[in-house]
Amino acid sequence: MAVEIPKEKWSGTVREVTLGATREQGGTRTRTLTVGGETAMPHHAFEGSFPHPPALALEVRDRKPTDWSPLLLQAWGAAMDDPAAWAKAAEQAGAELIFLTLSATLADGKANTAANARAVVRKVLEATGLPLAVIGPGQAEIDNELIVAAAEEGKGERLLIGTCEDKNYRTIVAGALANDHVVQSKTPMDVNLSKQLVILIHDMGLPLERIIMDPTTGALGYGIEYGYSVMERLRLAALQGDSMTQQPLIVTPGEEGWKVKEAKVGEGVPAAWGDWNRRALNWEALTANALIYAGADIIVLRHPETLRRLRGVVDALMAA
Amino acid sequence: MALTGLEIYKLLPQTNCKECSFPTCLAFAMKLAAKQAELKACPYVSEESKAKLEAASAPPIRLVEIAGDDGKLAVGNETVLFRHEKTFFHRPGLFLRVKDSLPAEEIKKQVAAADAFKADYVGIPLTLDGYAIEAASGDPAAFAGAVKAVRAASKKPLILLTSKPDVAKAWLEAASGTRPLLHAADASNWEAMAEVAKAAKVPLVARAETLDDLATLTQSLTKAGLEDLVLDPGVKGPKDSLEKLTTLRRLAIKKNFRPLGFPIITFPGAGGKADDVLLAAEHIAKYAGFIVLDTFDPASLYGLLVLRQNIYTDPQKPIQVQPGMYEINNPKDDSPVLVTTNFSITYFAIANEVEGSGWPAWLVVTDAEGMSVLTAWAAGKFDSERIAKAVKTVGVEGKVKHRKVIIPGHVAVLSGELEGDLPGWTIMVGPREAVDIGAFLKAMWVN
Ligand code: SF4
Repeated sequence: MAVEIPKEKWSGTVREVTLGATREQGGTRTRTLTVGGETAMPHHAFEGSFPHPPALALEVRDRKPTDWSPLLLQAWGAAMDDPAAWAKAAEQAGAELIFLTLSATLADGKANTAANARAVVRKVLEATGLPLAVIGPGQAEIDNELIVAAAEEGKGERLLIGTCEDKNYRTIVAGALANDHVVQSKTPMDVNLSKQLVILIHDMGLPLERIIMDPTTGALGYGIEYGYSVMERLRLAALQGDSMTQQPLIVTPGEEGWKVKEAKVGEGVPAAWGDWNRRALNWEALTANALIYAGADIIVLRHPETLRRLRGVVDALMAA
Repeated sequence: MALTGLEIYKLLPQTNCKECSFPTCLAFAMKLAAKQAELKACPYVSEESKAKLEAASAPPIRLVEIAGDDGKLAVGNETVLFRHEKTFFHRPGLFLRVKDSLPAEEIKKQVAAADAFKADYVGIPLTLDGYAIEAASGDPAAFAGAVKAVRAASKKPLILLTSKPDVAKAWLEAASGTRPLLHAADASNWEAMAEVAKAAKVPLVARAETLDDLATLTQSLTKAGLEDLVLDPGVKGPKDSLEKLTTLRRLAIKKNFRPLGFPIITFPGAGGKADDVLLAAEHIAKYAGFIVLDTFDPASLYGLLVLRQNIYTDPQKPIQVQPGMYEINNPKDDSPVLVTTNFSITYFAIANEVEGSGWPAWLVVTDAEGMSVLTAWAAGKFDSERIAKAVKTVGVEGKVKHRKVIIPGHVAVLSGELEGDLPGWTIMVGPREAVDIGAFLKAMWVN
């Protein structure tokens, strides 16, 4: 019997946002990255268009982190001692965006400085031709100081800068306006808060084509379902034509997945959790994978092997 | 087809007597249509109307139940496409494939190892749901032997994988006393398979590559008298799965399309080069009812089971623990006092960590309306006032002789204000993540 296949038609489209600027565009990037543009629920290619695959980014820190899982230290090895070398290794591992996060402190324990932020951004820009995100440690005052400096240093490169949240969006948005960047609008797992912050940022004069929403990611087992449902609701609203929810979504399963016990430690855990290395990799990959189906446009990972696995999923979803 | 409020209204007494606690029959009908009221609230509805309304409200996806020697599993009866619209009700079963070509002893060993798997997640035990025995040998006796071997090692429900009616028969005899799922009937064998399934009163899988063929097949099986069916649309990779399973769920829920209103079985390992763990994860989030895994690896099974738990959590009810004071590792009057919120995932992360670290401690759980530390703080449900109130009211002051309280690193900004709200107490800022608590206590807690 012929089954009539129900198709859904939507009036709204996710906005396209481009990161990185080439020489002709006033930057020095060898390639740019465009995300968004979807016209149906995530990967429902049978009823909508998906002009850009979800982008896979790798996180690189301004200095070797002291609290990362030994498995990540093993994976990156000596490259972690130098952000430029790390960024290059991330590019080789297949990243389409370098997600550079700045630490709150320097190696000697003193507060991180604007001068250091500039130096690291410069180094990483020189080391790779990929588009770059520069993200502060997530504490409003420190973020303001470091990210404004980073924004100036990367003027014209069309960076993604953040964390741009309720408490400090004015400063970060001003930095984006003055230096031609895109902001990461971050709110804690709430549809209305996501929307409101986009409105506030847009009201300051930043075009909507320069805002990416970060709805906040929960790790598998630690609240993933909240972020997942907020993303599905935001995407439904976007497709229904609610303009201020039509920004692409960025998620951070690398950071969230690797800070939970299941991934971070291998000793003193239940035997039922199985082999540490495989479990840890699964934790990051399962978190990221679920969010692809909830509408993630940029997925920030930490382990190169996870990127390789997710690449397989993304390629399969985008195959003609 | 689900009825509209007006269609339901026509079947009600239309006397507006209010006994259903709604002001009018129409108001009640609207609530019924939105599934926010139950028909039995109206004492006056006629038998005829009742029958019509019940037929119309039969679940769009049939609930199919299977049972082992001990324990059963029911899947189906879902009502929404997205979990936030209501909730996903019946968690998909995760089954392990076992081949009958192995020696019985080897089967017993494999199944016993998998059956012993039990992980704990926020107090919920996580296990496999059963075994899918494959008739790889094609020999009815070998298959029956394999079923016996599995039953000797496990009491969980079974799925029997064979397309040969004679093998199915031998196998169902070996499985008697349980209610397994038989996989599968297809265009070529359905008549004989239907007979076998009907005689043994077990649910049967209908397998076809296209939805057209699948609907044709289920209609034949329904006509043959089978009610409990499961669909195997033969999905391949992530893309094919998403399209077919989404379409099936939509047809059932939005169109009330009966021929395809059944739960779905998937085989993520059969998809060729796809990553089977990630494909199984997709099937958990997107609409499978039975998922057959090819390998037993706790390192992936644990994550998949946690994912299933998360996706099937009722989104209207955040999981909460009772606010109050919790004792960990028999704390004494010099043990640390830690504060957190009553979101159960937060609570368990911290309680497990402290317990595992060996530190005796008092854990003060504040009423943050079931939100995690950061979310609660952003929403104003975990502020200085609430923390101070909790510390003062749970009775921890009488339990410890020191006056030091550790707050989560994420709310370090509250420490100044909290010093004012908790006079006499020293506020210590703990780590941001639960996993670092042991190291923090070791470094910072000196008596
Ligand atoms: S109890 Fe029945 S008859 Fe009375 S108002 Fe409610 S629906 Fe109408």
